[in-house]
Amino acid sequence: MSREDIQNLFYLVAIVLFILGLIRMSHPETARGGNWLAALGMAVAVAGTFASGLVQDLPLVVLGVSIGAVLGVPAARGVKMTAMPQMVALFNGVGGGAVALIAWAEFRGEGETELDRLVPALIAAMIGAVAFFGSMIAFGKLQGIVTGRPVKIPGRSLTAAILAGGALACGGLALADVGGKWAMVGLLACSALFGIVLVLPIGGADMPVVISLLNAFTGLSAAAYGIALDNVALIVAGALVGASGSILTRLMGDAMNRPLLSIMAGGFGGNGNGAAAAADAGERTYRSTTPADVAIQVAYADRVLIVPGYGLAVARAQHAVYELGRLLEEQGVEVAYGIHPVAGRMPGHMNVLLAEADVPYNQLVEYEAANAEMTRTDCVLVIGANDVVNPAAKEDPGSPIYGMPIIDVSLARSTIVLKRSMASGYAGIENPLFFNPRCQMLFGDAKQSVSALVDELRALLGAGSRGHSHVV
Amino acid sequence: MSLPVELVILVLSGFVGWFVIGKVPNTLHTPLMSATNAIHGIVIVGGLIVMGSATGTLDRILLVVAIAFGTLNVVGGFLVTDRMLGMFRPRPRVEDAAARTKNDAAE
Repeated sequence: MSREDIQNLFYLVAIVLFILGLIRMSHPETARGGNWLAALGMAVAVAGTFASGLVQDLPLVVLGVSIGAVLGVPAARGVKMTAMPQMVALFNGVGGGAVALIAWAEFRGEGETELDRLVPALIAAMIGAVAFFGSMIAFGKLQGIVTGRPVKIPGRSLTAAILAGGALACGGLALADVGGKWAMVGLLACSALFGIVLVLPIGGADMPVVISLLNAFTGLSAAAYGIALDNVALIVAGALVGASGSILTRLMGDAMNRPLLSIMAGGFGGNGNGAAAAADAGERTYRSTTPADVAIQVAYADRVLIVPGYGLAVARAQHAVYELGRLLEEQGVEVAYGIHPVAGRMPGHMNVLLAEADVPYNQLVEYEAANAEMTRTDCVLVIGANDVVNPAAKEDPGSPIYGMPIIDVSLARSTIVLKRSMASGYAGIENPLFFNPRCQMLFGDAKQSVSALVDELRALLGAGSRGHSHVV
Repeated sequence: MSLPVELVILVLSGFVGWFVIGKVPNTLHTPLMSATNAIHGIVIVGGLIVMGSATGTLDRILLVVAIAFGTLNVVGGFLVTDRMLGMFRPRPRVEDAAARTKNDAAE
């Protein structure tokens, strides 16, 4: 058996472990073990690569691995759960960046290569660079370094087309062996700018789609590079990730009822509608309420639905919300959380946030299930969410979010919206829900409002039943 | 391996991924993304192989950075996923709830 055969047998084991790991990701109870199976697969793949005898320059390899580990371990251990979306974007980006750099180094090293290796390598470099720079912009937006609002780039479509054309042209030069090593530099530069131009104009509300898409890109670039290197582990692992990213991208697009192209066209929100909303808000009436009043409403409800959104993550109100839910449950109130797929900044964002606060995952229901139970819900608390409960998505064909599935809170007996002010949401779209006679507004920071509500609830329950007086 | 064979492997793996991952519930989408994120850190293997044939200084620098990126991707990805999944808990079991009520009453 050749060393290459041994290497591939290691890869076989690694691939099996990756797939078994992913299968186990489908249930919360087995997911953690699945993650470690996949990690074991990675270790086996690396071991197989060493077994191939192709690895040299061990000190440099150790240096690279050490730098990565020294940066990665504390970052992964210390990151706050509220900062998770940008962390995911960052880790995704460096993967793409690694592909681009490896392809670049290999291109510099070897003057001539067969076409069926060079073409996939160039494709991998392009997608990898787009994924790296796109992810860095997404990271910047989520971290608040770059504005989260859509950035208008004049003539963006033309710019993007020119950059894409430039990258392809440089790829052509590289294939024709013209321009030498600079053809690759040109290709990487054009791809990098393309990645920036692609993500910069996309607003924060569309981030779940962008992050999924960039995830798919990185996977595909790894797979393409696997073809260039004749490496089956890269091809399979890259294709698995590409498929996963594509599925999530599609799910997110469906949850917004907007085609991917329209999302990538960017500029969603912050245009015109915001001003109109402000003007309208002056004329229509809304009711504001107090924590004490809300405490009474929820304490005497049979069923309370909590609809969280990105505002809850920003205010870090998840622990206060858990406390509220726990108090209500002790009173025999049925508590559920209605989770919209695109609430937050990445797929499943709200689930992670509430899990951090110990909210049991089987209290979290998806929007269809939440809507099905809406008529027997006495009180809905909308905390830091806006667009996902906006009835304009159902009623107003002129609205930019028309057709998006929403959590239809208007069917519940009453709704309380916890919000900083009447300002329009992230997408800059007016929300007629606030003017619904069954809706009340509780203004203020989400965390402070929920904490005040918890205090009022404790005071109320303490006065009402001696059995629970210790809670006060 | 010839290009067509590699394309076969690519397409089949894509299908496997599509069917395996299509079953993951919304609840686990973030950990799923984070775990697949870590899996594409497999590019580190590419870095290791290409390093074996690198000659120039710049090439080596590029590859050290690439390997560092790949490691960051793998290590960070799996650790973050594990932290997230450690937080997912089902509804507390009846005994737990009973124990808590008892503790509360004792206070």
